[in-house]
Amino acid sequence: MKTNPKTEPRDFHQAKWDEPVIFELSTPGERGVLLPGTEPEIAALGNPWEDLPKELHRTSPPALPEMSQMRVLKHYLRLSQENLGADLNIDIGQGTCTMKYSPKINDQFATSPKLAELHPLQAPSTVQGTLEILYETEQFLKEISGLDRFCLHPGGGSQAILGIGSVIRNWVDANGMADRKDEIVTTIFSHPSNPAVAKIKGFKVITIYPDPVTGRPDMKAFMAAVNERTAALLITNPEDIGLYNPSIREMTDLVHSVGGLCSYDQANANGVLGIARAREAGFDLCFFNLHKTFSSPHGCGGPGSGVLGVQKHLVPFLPAPVVDVDDQGNYFLQYEGVDRENRIKDYYGVLPAIVRAYAWMLSLGDEGLREVARVSILNNNYIFRKILRIPGADAPFAAGEHRMEQVRYSWQGLKDATGCGVADVQNRIFDFGMHIWTSHEPWIVPEPFTIEPTESYSKDELDEYVAVLEQIVREAHENPDILKKAPHRSTIHHVDHDVLEDPKRWAITWRAYNRKYRGYFEAR
Amino acid sequence: MNPQRTPRLGLIVNPIAGMGGRVGLKGTDGDELLRLAVARGAVPMAESRAALCLEAFLKGAEGRPFELHVGPGAMGERVAERYGLGVVVAGRGALPPPSSVRTTAEDTRRTARNMADTGVDLLLFAGGDGTARDICVALGRDRLVLGIPAGVKIHSAVYASSPAAAGFLAAATLFGDTSVIREKLAEVMDIDENAYRSGVLRAKLFGYLRIPYERRRVQGLKAGSGTPEAAAQAEIAAAVAETISAGPETLWLIGAGTTTKAVTDALGLSGTLLGVDACLGGSLVALDLSERDILALIAQQSDPKKIKILLTPIGGQGFLFGRGNQQFSPDVIRAVGRENLMILATPDKLHTLRGAPLLADTGDPSLDLELEGYYRIVSSYGGFTVYPLAAAGQ
Amino acid sequence: MSDTFTHPYIPNSDPVIQRWMMDSIGIEDIEELFACIPESLRFRGKMNLPEPLLSEAALRRRVMGRLNKNRTCEEALSFLGGGCWQHQVPAVCDEVNRRSEFLTAYAGEPYEDHGRFQALFEYESLMAELLETDVVNVPTNDGSQAAATALRMACRATGRDEVLVAGSTQPDRFRIVRNYLRPDIRVTRFGFDRTTGLLDLKDLKSKVSDKVAAVFFENPSFLGCVETQGREIAEAIHAAGGLLVVFADPSSLGVLTPPSRYGADLSCGDIQPLGIHMSFGGGRGGYIASADEERLVQEYPSRLFGIAPTEKGEWGFGDVAWERTSFAKRENGKEFVGTAAALWGITAGVYLALMGPKGMRELGEGIMQRARYLAALMDKIPGVAAPRLSAVPFKEFVVNFDGTGLSVKEINRRLLDRNIFGGQDLSADFPELGQSALYCTTEVHSKADLDRLASELASCLKG
Repeated sequence: MKTNPKTEPRDFHQAKWDEPVIFELSTPGERGVLLPGTEPEIAALGNPWEDLPKELHRTSPPALPEMSQMRVLKHYLRLSQENLGADLNIDIGQGTCTMKYSPKINDQFATSPKLAELHPLQAPSTVQGTLEILYETEQFLKEISGLDRFCLHPGGGSQAILGIGSVIRNWVDANGMADRKDEIVTTIFSHPSNPAVAKIKGFKVITIYPDPVTGRPDMKAFMAAVNERTAALLITNPEDIGLYNPSIREMTDLVHSVGGLCSYDQANANGVLGIARAREAGFDLCFFNLHKTFSSPHGCGGPGSGVLGVQKHLVPFLPAPVVDVDDQGNYFLQYEGVDRENRIKDYYGVLPAIVRAYAWMLSLGDEGLREVARVSILNNNYIFRKILRIPGADAPFAAGEHRMEQVRYSWQGLKDATGCGVADVQNRIFDFGMHIWTSHEPWIVPEPFTIEPTESYSKDELDEYVAVLEQIVREAHENPDILKKAPHRSTIHHVDHDVLEDPKRWAITWRAYNRKYRGYFEAR
Repeated sequence: MNPQRTPRLGLIVNPIAGMGGRVGLKGTDGDELLRLAVARGAVPMAESRAALCLEAFLKGAEGRPFELHVGPGAMGERVAERYGLGVVVAGRGALPPPSSVRTTAEDTRRTARNMADTGVDLLLFAGGDGTARDICVALGRDRLVLGIPAGVKIHSAVYASSPAAAGFLAAATLFGDTSVIREKLAEVMDIDENAYRSGVLRAKLFGYLRIPYERRRVQGLKAGSGTPEAAAQAEIAAAVAETISAGPETLWLIGAGTTTKAVTDALGLSGTLLGVDACLGGSLVALDLSERDILALIAQQSDPKKIKILLTPIGGQGFLFGRGNQQFSPDVIRAVGRENLMILATPDKLHTLRGAPLLADTGDPSLDLELEGYYRIVSSYGGFTVYPLAAAGQ
Repeated sequence: MSDTFTHPYIPNSDPVIQRWMMDSIGIEDIEELFACIPESLRFRGKMNLPEPLLSEAALRRRVMGRLNKNRTCEEALSFLGGGCWQHQVPAVCDEVNRRSEFLTAYAGEPYEDHGRFQALFEYESLMAELLETDVVNVPTNDGSQAAATALRMACRATGRDEVLVAGSTQPDRFRIVRNYLRPDIRVTRFGFDRTTGLLDLKDLKSKVSDKVAAVFFENPSFLGCVETQGREIAEAIHAAGGLLVVFADPSSLGVLTPPSRYGADLSCGDIQPLGIHMSFGGGRGGYIASADEERLVQEYPSRLFGIAPTEKGEWGFGDVAWERTSFAKRENGKEFVGTAAALWGITAGVYLALMGPKGMRELGEGIMQRARYLAALMDKIPGVAAPRLSAVPFKEFVVNFDGTGLSVKEINRRLLDRNIFGGQDLSADFPELGQSALYCTTEVHSKADLDRLASELASCLKG
């Protein structure tokens, strides 16, 4: 029994069920659920599919497993135990993703039949409660950003960036500027979806590197990059290294002076809620991730929600519909004044995520949101100083400055001294029930890891995380083998990734596996 | 790598590499200089650098079996003895006695060929630019090698950043998760040591060696992905080839390098890897041009505004002018104009600079200063990076 | 926060702890940490937000108060479909996707999130059996995104920049696709037969050329028709060197031949019918599927989880072709990948495992039988023609009300008074069909429900 978890890492072992692939659990004849039969009068009409040409009849039934209900349940619950969610983990090592607490009470709202059993095309009079929530959520977001109108449709940050790319594309085209505005400027530390979307929408992408001392975008390079062809700036602030860019207003002013738009990727908004807004920084567009900053859970990679806001002059380009309220206080889907053609997502947004974010904002209010920012930054600077004391850990750029809500560190020093880099630390930290992320490419910061403590973790938990890092670094010096052979207490051992890179050997489905192999990876 | 047998590591130490540095001599090419260096009290550096590398390698090997093939005596055998490692000595007999440091370029080449014949999986060599050239002459581009930096000043990109880094990378290459290790061609530079000693750095691109590098090991990130170097070059080449095809009346002066070679490949033309080629009207009109040839072509060009230089910086160093492309002389650069420089660099190549600027060392300091500023580098299909260039003297 | 209060979601909002942490950092005030933000960019105002609801009781009263104003499809009788469908969601689906371990996980590695990798590999595999393809992706945001991406994949794979899209495609899906393909890919519509609802092959063939990357249609179509000419369409586009992309409702594939069997190179669609609640259109996920051909696999922007051995002989999983890139000359940049709908993928996998081959067959058969029964019943009502299109319907069919002299809008208003959600009004998007609505029925409807609709409709048409 550990008596002091802060300084002595816990004796963790992940669940290992040795669970077969679901197809191996099939027992012909078993059923998981039964369907309501059709009544005799309906059945009497015969099988309509017999009226179809024979080649449309599915002759061989899909080779799905046949399993009783409890067997299916047990299989998936075992898999869930072999998964380490943020509810179990001190999940501060997934920096940039804002792994905060997602309150359980909000799950009750998201899964309530009063939301779950609504069809998107119901008459507005039957969905007033949901429309009101959408309306209020938009009002809250307007306050937080200072922008004028929000579209809540996108299913995540990347799709919100797609929405922003669409608004920019359509704005350029509508103003007849397609032949003279064809460039988008961004920074190397911005999320990779920013340049990717810019390319999809037919723009050239001009990238700016950071100043090697301050870590902020190189302003001289930026000035050289912006010109009359600049359609837009896509930028994050603070960027993923955790430094606020104080020149942001000069940047947006410069882009506006050549007639371009400025879009704010607010993936890192957690440290600036109620502290600094898109409007004052001069942005025309912005987006937030409701599944990160606003507490909706990440769901293994979605469903999430990205919400996209614009200044008044871009409202006509915002995807339709938005929600408005009439004089009688009735809420309705508004298609006028926004763009019916600029659709990016089915229907009106990921309601379960939006409702959670709505409830989260309600539970905090103005002062509470600001406290989220204050504490996330306090937590970060607290752990920042502790991590910098670990030999081999370093934080490039802006020496001596405080950081915002996260820091991108480097294990290069550890790698030079011991041969163990971030990948080795990562494989070892699993043994303590924790996680560390290697961060977005490109690795401008060598051997990078990004820690974002958010407001959700207590001081003791931050101490515990650092204690684990300290132990791993000690091991790297004394016996690097421990790291190189890690994980030791995980569900599985090292995966042979070569198989996954070779078209002859990869198998993306069980069907493909059986075509390529028999037994245990014995090639056919 | 052949999984059926014990991995084989080769190690060649050029014992005289680095000896000049401590005694104020730039390089040790040639007998007379070496004698001078020894007379001034120079001690062999390369062996201790190789030792640091071996230590890191042994750490990384974690007791797994391997065969170590070494050069005789001071060329590797002696340093291996320090660690009590059983070794296979390559080509003993034809070479000087074990104690001698008086090895020659031919000794390095012969040993390297010998090791290649015995099938080493990776050849480590401790030395400098001259050693890299010897390995290049001996083995060409097909063998996997890696340099342990031990020379006075190294301009070739075939060296690891430190001896320990070379050792860890060698272990990862021999024993590691093979999906981690990628191979790429890296530049070998030819520095004129006589000129260098009188303060002039005259370099040309001598050739390429195949080296291992570590790919991002961990997969499953939430977004983004690294592009292999060759694919990144192909992407740039596709974009530039479109531009070239769209402007057939423009004279394109295509500099040395694998990135620019990818452009001529994309155009279906067979350009040179190391020389300057000229492209006009969709075909290569001249290969491997000298400065004088280039000036003559420029003079012939009907519209002098329609001339462009296509070039790529040296990896890890950032030199855009003055290393490997002296054919682009100050006269040539002035005649073409800075606005007509089209610079190509993959994102990875830019990342290796760690924020340092591109460098110009044209031989004309005032031109170097004129060239300073920010350039729009072609870094992918439809993608550019705005990046600074500085005069090398600064 | 205030001196006497800490927020339950923010442990370090306690002033004493904060003081301790500030001392450790060496600052007097948290405000010092914001020094890098210029004063001109500081927001010093107060956000106009409601006073915080600090207790669960207050929060629940407020949010459920809003939601309780809704009238759900369970509280009424709904015949809405058109891309979002009311199906029975098995309880085990809800149980699994509400598990904390799945719900709150994100981007872990196979060594900490083995369960997620395996569950998503199994999702891909179960879908693959339904679709008879060897490759299925981790879900995109929704079916329309899957359709748009499949078409971009086809353009990259063929190096072409035009696609032909069926005129009967769901209108908003068409908008999403066209928007996503702007500005570099031309989207051309081809027609459908106003009598049968089937695609107009003659029009299609006149538009197919060696510039066309792909032909796209839905099967069943938005208007509910099962398309029978898939094989001929595939032959036409294949002869021109293009690809066939078919959008298929997975709930139909227990009885209908999957698109890959009549020549689709890429299949796509939405997994909402597979155990995902409608949630006002918020429960969606898109699938893309193809053969295991490298030229197509390399064009997927989505993640693809594959199975691989581990050093100890366990089942291991990981990303396939992580460094995915176009080998050919790139006409377009790579698309993006990010947070999409992974948890719905896991849920859909649970659904298919519960249903098994027999369940999927019975589901499809029962739906088609109900649709036939309901159409026949409605057709008997004076002034009502159902189905308006003669092709065999799957779960939806077009009902025409021209003979009643009433608009669909008015009829739906009257039905709503009787607590019935009538079919989707088609009169704006398909004016050529007159006053028509799209009615949908699924396994949730009993005969009594269908009979009730018919009798209430007959009665409300009388005024």
